[in-house]
Amino acid sequence: MNHDPFSWGRPSDETYGAYDTKIAQAPAFPKMNTTQPIVTGTSVISMKYNNGVIIAADNLGSYGSLLRFTNVERLIPVGNSTVVGISGDISDMQHIEDLLEEMKTENNYDNSYVDDEEALKPSYVFEYLATVMYNRRSKMNPLWNAIIVAGMEDKKPFLRYVNLLGVTYSSPTLATGFGAHLALPLMRRVVDREDDIEKTTLEVAENTILESMKILYYRDARSSRKFSMAIIDNDQGLILKKGLQVENMSWEFAKNIRGYGTQKV
Amino acid sequence: MAGLSFDNYQRNQFLTSKNSAQPKATSTGTTIVGVKFEGGVLIAADTRSTQGPIVADKNCAKLHRISPRIWCAGAGTAADTEAVTALIGSNIELHSLSTRRQPRVVTALQMLKQHLFEYQGHIGAYLIVAGVDPTGPHLMSVQAHGSTDVGYYLSLGSGSLAAMAVLESRWREGLTKDEAVSLAADAIEAGIWNDLGSGSNVDVCVMEVGKDAAYLRNYRTPNVREPKQQSYKFARGTTAVLKESIINVCDIEEQEVEIQA
Repeated sequence: MNHDPFSWGRPSDETYGAYDTKIAQAPAFPKMNTTQPIVTGTSVISMKYNNGVIIAADNLGSYGSLLRFTNVERLIPVGNSTVVGISGDISDMQHIEDLLEEMKTENNYDNSYVDDEEALKPSYVFEYLATVMYNRRSKMNPLWNAIIVAGMEDKKPFLRYVNLLGVTYSSPTLATGFGAHLALPLMRRVVDREDDIEKTTLEVAENTILESMKILYYRDARSSRKFSMAIIDNDQGLILKKGLQVENMSWEFAKNIRGYGTQKV
Repeated sequence: MAGLSFDNYQRNQFLTSKNSAQPKATSTGTTIVGVKFEGGVLIAADTRSTQGPIVADKNCAKLHRISPRIWCAGAGTAADTEAVTALIGSNIELHSLSTRRQPRVVTALQMLKQHLFEYQGHIGAYLIVAGVDPTGPHLMSVQAHGSTDVGYYLSLGSGSLAAMAVLESRWREGLTKDEAVSLAADAIEAGIWNDLGSGSNVDVCVMEVGKDAAYLRNYRTPNVREPKQQSYKFARGTTAVLKESIINVCDIEEQEVEIQA
């Protein structure tokens, strides 16, 4: 026995090696995986219409001001009634994709009615993601994203938002990032309140979304021309259109402008 | 033009390093737009003036007159937009009298940008300058640091993105006056509804070639307060009269006088 009182209660150095003093230098903050977003996706825009919802997002993964990855799919279908659109950090988006895959698998397991009553509903997918987002923020280890879950549930359109802070909200029109500043004013001219939803047809809603994607390509410096759009319709089901391009642009507006004031030539 | 003075540079560097916050540029709540049309140009603005989160003036006037046919919409620090517009407006009037010519938009633009550049952005004036002069209709913008831009449709202020979304969606070459007014007013409305820094009413000023400028104050009022539910007038007799005394302060003499025109 070691009679030195200062060695009592401690594992012996011979057996366990020298005492690791690093624990006394523990950092003030808990482990944070993402402290700043690196590769990012820009806006996700969405709106309800009389027979479903539409959601769209471009195919760009920016690396700061470098438009680095041009084949990023930011709309994730879950089952045949839900689409999850994600903006923000791409690595965290890929983690969420894994979580959703796991969710689908778990739901499938030992489930005879998985195609009918026990299919994953948008509200289930949303509640799960919202819980994950808030819990991660409470551990000071956020998933640096803004997510919109769109779908059809019990024949009614579902549209809800959750972000890295765990904040959630719902509206007939939703958008993340730049879309909130540029696209929402346009979408709200069509669907301003709940009562306007039943007056809006698929054609009008689709054109509004396409128009908004055009304006975003004009004015968001971190956006791309290529994008994807998903329509979840009551009758037609889930339609995911990939490889769409912004069309009918006008770049001729300044052909007669010279200089920035007094210049004439 | 006096040279730039860097006397305070060392002091400012010292202050920032000592963590006293660098004064941040504040984009004051506003939505302003300018739109060119066939035969003229128009500007429009909302009417909300804010002090932080508080609405200071529900119906302020953001459209300023530089000269009878050159008008200016101002976003940024209200005192700065007001003062710089009045200063340049005054100088333009003197210049116009001295040159015996109608003032030109590019003159006002040059005077504004040279003044604002001198103050290196500390005068927080973000302006859309528009007007008609012997050279034709013009639409331009000036930023607080002194840069200028030319365009057929422009928007500035915190509500500029909401307004620009509407302008990008519906502007095209060869708009008529009425189409342009409708487009500009809709663009301002986008700012009023979707931007918290903008609100209340829409002001418009139309400057057409060969005509006087038409200042349409409160062109649209989509935020009228609902009528008060009751009349809160006090009925006669609410305040009891205890004593009444009439004192003759002076003698009154009446005299009829005939006035010849």
